[in-house]
Amino acid sequence: MKKVFIVIGATLIMVGLFVFGMNWYKEQAANAVRQIAASNDSPLHRPDAPMIGTLMAKVEIVEFFDPACEACREFHPHIQSILERYKSQVLLSLRYATFHQGSDYVAQVLEAARLQGMGIYLKSLEAVLAAQPLWADHRRPQPELVWTVLDNTGLDVERARREMNDPRVLSRLKQDAADMVKLNVRQTPALFINDQPLQDFSPEGLAAQVASEVRAAYKQ
Amino acid sequence: MTDATTSRPWNLLFACWLIAMAATLGSLFFSEVMQRTPCVLCWYQRIAMYPLAAIFTVGLFPLDVRCVRYALPIAVAGWLLALYHCLLYLGFIPENLQPCTQGLSCADVKIEVYGFVTIPLLSLAGFTSLIALLLAVQKGLKK
Repeated sequence: MKKVFIVIGATLIMVGLFVFGMNWYKEQAANAVRQIAASNDSPLHRPDAPMIGTLMAKVEIVEFFDPACEACREFHPHIQSILERYKSQVLLSLRYATFHQGSDYVAQVLEAARLQGMGIYLKSLEAVLAAQPLWADHRRPQPELVWTVLDNTGLDVERARREMNDPRVLSRLKQDAADMVKLNVRQTPALFINDQPLQDFSPEGLAAQVASEVRAAYKQ
Repeated sequence: MTDATTSRPWNLLFACWLIAMAATLGSLFFSEVMQRTPCVLCWYQRIAMYPLAAIFTVGLFPLDVRCVRYALPIAVAGWLLALYHCLLYLGFIPENLQPCTQGLSCADVKIEVYGFVTIPLLSLAGFTSLIALLLAVQKGLKK
């Protein structure tokens, strides 16, 4: 029947347009990020943000994350294993995208922990993410509960409570919030590898994109 | 289908199907590709639009003009929601009545504007043309 083919044809055209539009949009977004990153005041390069790895690394992952975000918690070990695998070649820059209620409080706590050293920061980050189900209930977040899991991290809790409102902490978070808008970050984790947005949103996609960047940067 | 009396309603319903499909895929493009979180009102309009795509598909094969009976109330409901949404946008309804209060969507309200064409306006245009076409099918049958 001819009409069936008309409808099937129209369906294929519309789905085709959808897929074409999707690729076009991704390309546009990637171009926009590349352009912003090339500017002098690049929102993807903030030396005062937490950096994990050696500064000599030629591949940099920038992760905008929300301490209360489940997907960020899921991605965390995968990113850790990438850092482990390419020890001297990949650097991670952590940025805060505090979409959820209460996560700005936790970001402040983490930044206060960083003032006490990178080792304590990393332990606190692990503890906070591990305890996420405890404090980050979306309907009733209780960010103050993070203090209960920071005991074993070596953190000076008294000092951190004081310093979580330190101007350094607040300006760091303010910068991230502004950069997030510039980069059009709408979901977390938002990952950028050498100024390019992550193309395939999955741990495997991230590993593949990092691997190809490492190959390109270190080929000789 | 060579008969003019059956091909006219079929063509009209086919146009309805095209609109419903375009609206469905378009709204999915906004939310899934462009990552604009749909607000509550957008969701209600989706609830009206998505089943229409299915109803028209079924109504086309074989041609069943009674599907107009089922599609029309849904389209009218969607149209009313779209109208309300547009009025909200244009400021005719005070902002404190705005039901978009969940999560991210509220803060992102402004991004829905592309020049003067907004998503609720597209929705209103879609539902309006659907209702017009459905009424045309019905009128053609009564003759």
